[in-house]
Amino acid sequence: MRNYTVQILLLLGAWAVAAAGTAADITGAGATFPYPIYAKWADAYKTQTGIGMNYQSIGSGGGIKQIKAKTVDFGASDMPLTPEELDKDGLLQFPAIVGGVVPVVNLEGVSPGQLRLTGRALADIFLGNIKTWNDPALVALNPDLKLPASAITVVRRADGSGTTFVFTDYLSQVSNEWKSRVGEGTSVSWPVGVGGKGNEGVAAYVQRIKGSIGYVEYAYAKKNNMGYCQMQNRAGQVVQPDDESFAAAAANARWDKAPGFYELLTDQPGAKSWPMTGASFILLHKVPADPAKTGAVLAFFDWAFKNGGGMASELDYVAMPASVVKLIENAWRTQIKTASGAVVWNR
Amino acid sequence: MGSPSISDALTVTTDEPTAHYNTIKQGRQDALFRRTTQLFAVVVLGLLAAIVVSLAIGAAPAFHKFGLQFVFDTQWNPVTEEFGAFVPIFGTLATSAVALLIAIPLSFGIALFLTELCPTALRTPLGIVIELLAAVPSIIYGMWGLFVFAPLFAEHVQPFLQTTLGHIPLIGTLFQGPPTGIGILTAGIILAFMVIPFIAAVMRDVFEIVPAILKESAYALGSTTWEVVWHVVLPYTKAGVVGGIMLGLGRALGETMAVTFVIGNSYDLSLSLFSPGNSIASSLANEFAEAHSEMHTSALIALGLLLFVITLIVLAAAKLLLLRVARGEGERT
Repeated sequence: MRNYTVQILLLLGAWAVAAAGTAADITGAGATFPYPIYAKWADAYKTQTGIGMNYQSIGSGGGIKQIKAKTVDFGASDMPLTPEELDKDGLLQFPAIVGGVVPVVNLEGVSPGQLRLTGRALADIFLGNIKTWNDPALVALNPDLKLPASAITVVRRADGSGTTFVFTDYLSQVSNEWKSRVGEGTSVSWPVGVGGKGNEGVAAYVQRIKGSIGYVEYAYAKKNNMGYCQMQNRAGQVVQPDDESFAAAAANARWDKAPGFYELLTDQPGAKSWPMTGASFILLHKVPADPAKTGAVLAFFDWAFKNGGGMASELDYVAMPASVVKLIENAWRTQIKTASGAVVWNR
Repeated sequence: MGSPSISDALTVTTDEPTAHYNTIKQGRQDALFRRTTQLFAVVVLGLLAAIVVSLAIGAAPAFHKFGLQFVFDTQWNPVTEEFGAFVPIFGTLATSAVALLIAIPLSFGIALFLTELCPTALRTPLGIVIELLAAVPSIIYGMWGLFVFAPLFAEHVQPFLQTTLGHIPLIGTLFQGPPTGIGILTAGIILAFMVIPFIAAVMRDVFEIVPAILKESAYALGSTTWEVVWHVVLPYTKAGVVGGIMLGLGRALGETMAVTFVIGNSYDLSLSLFSPGNSIASSLANEFAEAHSEMHTSALIALGLLLFVITLIVLAAAKLLLLRVARGEGERT
């Protein structure tokens, strides 16, 4: 009994020390999609500078709420806020990382990267218009594959998600029926299918239900060796999902022409562009309550932009190109001010 | 209450004034004790009231916009912000009903075996194992359900059910659709596993308190074990048995994680038990963190309020049932 007491006291002590240690650290909350790379950056940043970054992946909606309530130093969202929404709460937004969403299938005899899909076919599957794998539309796209006559089980997210936003935004662009019947958002009213919680929930369902199709962030598909698909992009080319095709899509984005960095990377032109690419965004107050903390957040992302590219591609994300980083840091310099009007970022 | 007599006994040898003082002091202590415990009770009531009030305030925008139609509408569309609670309510009730349908006979059998038929040496270990099942965290049931049970169910049980029961008119509609292993029936079965230990433990405990003399008299009259259980044990323990079932139902209605894993989380209304559905608790668990708009949040809180109301109705119905049972017994004797 006494042993336990000692152990508990030791644990409490360790916790108190840890809590005291995090006092100078920066905290952020929001999107789950970029969580793996933010966590990796935070780890490397801590060993280099001693400053920790505590990121809680509570979801984009939660991140937006938390930064509005000023309970965190920065918020993160996979769905960009419109310039009007940003102005309403005095927020600044910038993209931090780019990633891709891929359709994944569980079909016997079909290995990863084999199945070809178009945006229209994908929309028809998720609308319930294409019900079986040997549908003529799918057979025409995949003349070399033996597609079974079995029913298609659609798997999608049950929780709200930035991954869903990228996916539904793309389907809305390529299918009028999708746009009018379902629309786009972090959660939508799905016509068919079963819902899994989180990328891992969808991955688990797809791996366990034969003849199923779902969509996950690319890293999940790769990590779990799932049957991801090729997609035909806007230029009519069939592309494989990888950091190259995500980067190609990101390179086409006109960030300089997008007020508040409101820019979606879905269905971009370019022969190599992956059609379901999305950026994840960071939200900050333009007039921060604690300018020193916001300065620390900016220093962290400045470090990540300069040193985090390798770690990003290890995890199959795409770092922001240097030209975009320039635009972002310019926005920091001109838009983030203390209450007395002083510049917070002046490097 | 009993303090005068106790203090009298204690103060027999002491002189009068001290005894008087002691009584007053003890009276004060009693009052203090009563007040303190009273406060605890009131705090619980206050908390309950606070929960109801904050739920009602949070749900007000949704009820204001949709009115009573919120309860009967089958639509749940975060894009157009049209919300209706019928599908999750239906899913909550359907999964709980399936769970009880399976759990009641099984629990009854378990309790019966443990108290009447089991060799004495096995009684305690088996009883402990059943109680241990109740201590397994619900997420474990959920993961087991998704990773182990659902694939087996989809491959072996569901096709069998479809080829047998699926062809019977009316009942057959319950077993239509692709056998994915995920849906209302699976959720109900997992819930049944979860509530069995609760119901079985209560049933066993109340079966055990049946006086041996009653049972022995029945056996002496030539009754079979079944007749003893049906005509002696069960009537004697009716209230306890109903209480145990209600305890299980309460857990089934509010269970979140295990159901979320296997129910399919879909807002489609279907009569088939094979099709995915949704329950109130799993909708809340899935959507609350990512609910952007005020109406979405409000609709979710309204769902929470409805779950609260449903649980209240179930508990009230159980109490009424117990009262009727008690009155029935009064008339008979």
